[in-house]
Amino acid sequence: MQVALSNYLVVAGLLMVIGVFGIFMNRKNIIVIMMSIELILLAANINFIAFSGALHDMVGQVFTMFVLTVAAAESAIGLAIVVIYSRNRGSIEVEDVTLMKG
Amino acid sequence: MIANILFYIVSAILLTSAVMVVSSRNPVHSVLFLILAFINAAVLFLMAGAEFLAMVLVIVYVGAVAVLFMFVVMMLDVDFVALREGVQRYAPIGAAVGLVLFAELAFVAVSWTISPGANLLRLSPTPTDVTNTVALGSLLYTKYIFLFQMAGAILLVSMIGAIVLTLRDRNRGKRQNVDLQHARMPADTMRMVNAKLGEGAKMPAPTEEVL
Repeated sequence: MQVALSNYLVVAGLLMVIGVFGIFMNRKNIIVIMMSIELILLAANINFIAFSGALHDMVGQVFTMFVLTVAAAESAIGLAIVVIYSRNRGSIEVEDVTLMKG
Repeated sequence: MIANILFYIVSAILLTSAVMVVSSRNPVHSVLFLILAFINAAVLFLMAGAEFLAMVLVIVYVGAVAVLFMFVVMMLDVDFVALREGVQRYAPIGAAVGLVLFAELAFVAVSWTISPGANLLRLSPTPTDVTNTVALGSLLYTKYIFLFQMAGAILLVSMIGAIVLTLRDRNRGKRQNVDLQHARMPADTMRMVNAKLGEGAKMPAPTEEVL
């Protein structure tokens, strides 16, 4: 790997912080929250890949593969829930979601 | 040197588009910037030597997940402007949490060293004589075959779950009622009529129970 490992770690850390910031900033918009979660998972993947490249170990890439799989499944299910929620309630405001409060 | 310059350019675009994802007013723009972020992350993957995963990121993420987001954003009839109120209130809290988090990560990063014995602990060293795809495949299909199958099962379950969640039965179309058809006796539905010459047979009025 031609680029130093620390550069990758800084980029991944900043990306994760941006994702967390996005969750806090868009507290009402569930779709942007899910995009922020994607950014956080992407930061984790960049870390895995960077360590895999720096330490010459393939297992990091194998794990990234599984993270990608689970992230894709998660976003598919989440978007399906958003679609049926907006169909039933006409709004996707996160703060209105109190159906199971009892 | 050139690799470093490319790295800085790509990561600058990546971080800028990530900021635009979370701060854009229009969710469609957010999705488009998310696509840009994924493509730049794929370049970072390439530079770290993970060619196969870079292509998977472009194909699966840009091609499927981001487009899924785009479909949902454009399909939902939601007032996205109303969803943005309160941003000014939440932004300082979010920035504070982000700063604390980044400070913690920085503290970890500056005191980080790789142990000299770490090379001995490698589970499967990257082979130098085959391409990345071959190396990844020969690991996935042998040592991690069970996890690979489980990943497939997770994808299957999520696919079925998404279909079950969003499938709406509008009662369109005629369906077969197999039980009713099996319970039918010939005497219920069939009538032998002796049609006379020149008169024919009278049709009874159609009942409701037409199968």
